[in-house]
Amino acid sequence: MRLVIKDNATLVAEWAAKYVTKKINDNNPGPDKYFVLGLPTGSTPYGMYQKLIEYYKAGKVSFKYVKTFNMDEYVNLPRDHPESYHWYMWNNFFKHIDIDPKNAHILDGNAPDLVEECKSYEEKIKAAGGIDLFVGGIGPDGHIAFNEPGSSLVSRTRVKTLAQDTLEANARFFGNDIEKVPKQALTVGVGTVMAAREVMILITGSHKAFALYKAIEEGVNHMWTVSAFQQHEHTLIICDEDATLELRVKTVKYFKALSDVHSQMITDDDQTLEKYWIIH
Amino acid sequence: MCENSKLYKFANCRILRDHKIILEDLWVRNGVFVNPEKLFFDEKKPADVIIDCKNRVIAPGFIEIQINGGFGYDFSFETKTEEGLAIVSKKLLEHGITAFCPTVVTSPEQIYHKVLPKLKFRQGGKHGATILGAHVEGPFINKEKKGAHPPTCILSFEKGIEQLEKTYGSLDSVRIVTLAPELGNSAEVIQSLKQRNIVVSLGHSIADLSQSEEAVFHGANVVTHLFNAMLPFHHRDPGLVGLLASDKLCDTHPIYFGLIPDGIHTHPAAMRIAYRIHPDGLILVTDAISAMGLESGTHKIGQLDIEVRDHKAFIAGTNTLCGSIATMIQCVRIFFNSTGCSLEYALEAASLHPAQALGIERQRGCLDFGADADFVMLTDDLNVVSTWIRGECVYDANDK
Repeated sequence: MRLVIKDNATLVAEWAAKYVTKKINDNNPGPDKYFVLGLPTGSTPYGMYQKLIEYYKAGKVSFKYVKTFNMDEYVNLPRDHPESYHWYMWNNFFKHIDIDPKNAHILDGNAPDLVEECKSYEEKIKAAGGIDLFVGGIGPDGHIAFNEPGSSLVSRTRVKTLAQDTLEANARFFGNDIEKVPKQALTVGVGTVMAAREVMILITGSHKAFALYKAIEEGVNHMWTVSAFQQHEHTLIICDEDATLELRVKTVKYFKALSDVHSQMITDDDQTLEKYWIIH
Repeated sequence: MCENSKLYKFANCRILRDHKIILEDLWVRNGVFVNPEKLFFDEKKPADVIIDCKNRVIAPGFIEIQINGGFGYDFSFETKTEEGLAIVSKKLLEHGITAFCPTVVTSPEQIYHKVLPKLKFRQGGKHGATILGAHVEGPFINKEKKGAHPPTCILSFEKGIEQLEKTYGSLDSVRIVTLAPELGNSAEVIQSLKQRNIVVSLGHSIADLSQSEEAVFHGANVVTHLFNAMLPFHHRDPGLVGLLASDKLCDTHPIYFGLIPDGIHTHPAAMRIAYRIHPDGLILVTDAISAMGLESGTHKIGQLDIEVRDHKAFIAGTNTLCGSIATMIQCVRIFFNSTGCSLEYALEAASLHPAQALGIERQRGCLDFGADADFVMLTDDLNVVSTWIRGECVYDANDK
């Protein structure tokens, strides 16, 4: 695992966007070889999308030969509801870039058969050749996608009933009326993300500091589902200073000592990222 | 457009939607605006053609509800009507107008019979702006407020709607009737026009406020060129002008009014008064005459010699103004600069508001999904870059 610590959330977003850009360009995707990206929603990745749009407009990256798979979506929420993840992805990312609509996948929370929808989602990921890079964020309780505490660490895409805590936390997005918060969601499983060739997790803010501590300094634990990625071969966690508040000084210093390598990763135009997979 | 079913994306533009100018792409297919989110997730279709708008402002095409002619032609003349209509409708595209109501002033019966059938609805395109039907301004007006209308042709409608049918020949081409509500029988006439989906505009009148309100309750919803050809505002009885602040109408009877913001026919202070009292009802109209669009100098139009100087039209050899010659885009600029309103507002006063007054705001006067793709591309200082009707470029300033 790599832990990249940046000064603030803006720099986290920028680093992540540069990494995604470099990753896509390294792979030199084309009509016969797509790059497959897993994508999150939420406030943390928002800045990354903003940067990616900027790089796209500057001609630094194209999404023409990129396939995307989003992590999750609410059940029974109209697609044009401002809290739906379709709405989020369309307004914050897809409408600004050159992705082919056929290549953008989001779980359909309004599908007539939700179980079938989840099953076919896994099949679509498989048909695309698996996910090259899964980008994710986490909740303060350490959940990734809607894999809330207690979720199976080998789970796959499925219908998930949301915890009372999540409903209460989300009520602010639905006019503070808990009755309006969707009670279920479709989500990729921890196992689905684990199957990606590489996982990049963005964690910012002091309210997520405890989750970061649980993710990397303690053992693998299904009550903190993000901790599962300790067992992934290529995990990259990008966090800001605030998110390190619960880490040991030793941990922070250890990873900060590697910051030269981390900045080289995204600036070294002559080298592909392969190098950093071989030499850790 | 020739390849109708193609999906067009106008990118890199600032569009006027829901009263705001926002950075947003505009998508068009089959001549109407489409919702790109639905195309993306349902049809999974990318744009076939992407048009770079170079960060221009895109506003709904302007709708002109009062224009007597232009470029040397007058719609109230019985000769050269088709030729005049062809030229004016084509030239109006240069001013950002995508639809208009050619206006016929008080005229003898035979003129109406000859001219009106030629002013019926015609969808616009490269040949010119859409004709929405005629605005007949008169002859059922008050002689005391005749303005430039010939008094001998002014009529009353004692026989009700039959009188209108007889005078106009047919009401088929008529979209708006300007009449004076104080004339006897006006209640019945207004109701009959309303039933035929013809807009009733009040003007050339000395009506007091209660007569005006009465007319609105019967179905009138527009005031013709506010302040002009009506009683001046009086605080004890504010007359037609008072409709703008009538508490009897409230939300149930929205009232619109044409305003000529050419800088001459309405003083800027009067524009500001109207704008501040009743912003939702304000419609920019040019009320342009045949000399609009002509160069400085003397022109013979019909029987009249007209002299254009200092952007004003005079009866040749005199200092008597004979009508407005400002273009719509000039009017938008003057209004914007005179009132300190937002750019959004100035543009909607020339597009959304007239569409609402005519009850066609779902199809025209906005950039909403499903509406006709009639729009105008503008620079920030309000110069027309190009004009589009049903998604087809019908005027491009660069081609001139």
